[in-house]
Amino acid sequence: MPFGLLKYGFSKKYPARRHFAPRGDLRPSYDVVIIGGGGHGLATAYYLAKEHGITNVAVLDKGYIGGGNTGRNTAIIRSNYLTPEGVRFYDESIRLFRDLSQELDYNILYSERGHVTLAHTDAALRTMRWRVEVNKHLGVASELVLRDELARLVPQINLSEHVRYPVLGALHHPPGSIARHDAVAWGYGGAASRMGVEIHQKTTVTDILKKNGRVVGVVTDRGAVACAKTVQAVAGDSSLIAKMAGFRAPILTVPLQACVSQPLKPFLDAIVVSGSLHVYVSQSDRGELVMGGATDPYPLYSTRPSLEFKEGLMAHILELFPFLAEVKLLRQWSGMADMTPDFSPIMGLTPLENHYIDAGWGTWGFKATPVAGKRMAELVATGEVPGLIEPFRLSRFREFKLLGEKGAASVGH
Amino acid sequence: MKVLNCPLNGPRNISEFAYGGEVESHPDPHACSDAEWTDFVFFENNAAAVVREWWCHVATAYWFIAERDTTTDEIVRTYPASEAFTQRMEFPAPARAPARGEDKP
Repeated sequence: MPFGLLKYGFSKKYPARRHFAPRGDLRPSYDVVIIGGGGHGLATAYYLAKEHGITNVAVLDKGYIGGGNTGRNTAIIRSNYLTPEGVRFYDESIRLFRDLSQELDYNILYSERGHVTLAHTDAALRTMRWRVEVNKHLGVASELVLRDELARLVPQINLSEHVRYPVLGALHHPPGSIARHDAVAWGYGGAASRMGVEIHQKTTVTDILKKNGRVVGVVTDRGAVACAKTVQAVAGDSSLIAKMAGFRAPILTVPLQACVSQPLKPFLDAIVVSGSLHVYVSQSDRGELVMGGATDPYPLYSTRPSLEFKEGLMAHILELFPFLAEVKLLRQWSGMADMTPDFSPIMGLTPLENHYIDAGWGTWGFKATPVAGKRMAELVATGEVPGLIEPFRLSRFREFKLLGEKGAASVGH
Repeated sequence: MKVLNCPLNGPRNISEFAYGGEVESHPDPHACSDAEWTDFVFFENNAAAVVREWWCHVATAYWFIAERDTTTDEIVRTYPASEAFTQRMEFPAPARAPARGEDKP
């Protein structure tokens, strides 16, 4: 068997498929420059090429593809939000995600698990009833379940009343899923690259060139390029790119930490979340428990780990799953989340003409990768703001028209 | 454990403190425009640099100012707010509050 595998590996009959065309020199000019080569930037490039025929596009990333928050999230996909605008938007994302492996010819390991948000207080139950009604009204599967039904759905949870925060009920969202997040970035990047989009890794944008209030190009550490339009999709660095474009954003950059356990035999099919306990946990296809919690208590441009995070998270995980006490932690990391005041994203036009923003993705960005890419591409190609993302405009903060998703977007805020 | 040096209580675990946002100049809510007010309330510099911030020692409800590097998390200096604010800020109420739907003068 090992020899068979080696023979296969060295055989010229089965060459490894290259994900992207190798990085060449930057062209002197592009139709569109996308700053940020994460899932959102690559998806935007993909839909620009596929649906709008715009292939003279460069995606610039200061690091490597999907090395930022695309590869650092806990890969949860759901649409059980609180505001109708949010539910509609994320629901389109789920529909795109379901067909994505086929569309990109790349297995993103999309796995529909069912998403369970626990309520430990009457206030949490009340918000969940609200969410359920909004969701059902918009055709999104969502149900409030009480303890007996929850015990049937997720028998692994400790439902004892003799714990610090006994579970009262839960919001059950059957379409809740997980996917392989790296594969989403690679799939979009590969498909975009095959249609002619250039992907330039290790290329840092240092300035944005403007003339008469319009974008005319970007300066990078590999030289300047001219372009007709720019898109920024840079998560934690959103404020820094916005500053180059000449405006401020309602964003604070706050680290979000996560970790995985050693691999275990499959025992947990559902995705379990508790806002009160600041916990979310799911089991990946490799058997690792993927665990995350609340964002750090203050802003920071750093991905350093902290002991407080691990102590707090583990204490709460063990209240829900006491039998995990002997399990070892395998890896820990963090990402820089671009948090907005209303826990909704920012997409659309900016004060700088022809510079478009896709930011404010805080702790909820991965699940929106396909729909954000598709609708941002539509905006860039046509210049018209699609109705689906219009409520998420930057100027909503000037008009006091915030979209409060705090009750549904976040854990422990 | 990360330690923050409180001007009132001395060095304490940073988990005892609450972050209160960047120190910004406060516009007069009665006189400023909507743009100035939303700028103050919602928009952030979010700079990757040494930044002046409000911090509160929760147990003693003591607010002070810290200079912190937001790229390295190094706390450069902490000092009482009285060092930066030498006089009380007054925002006198307008003679007559604008009626509902009426534009600001």
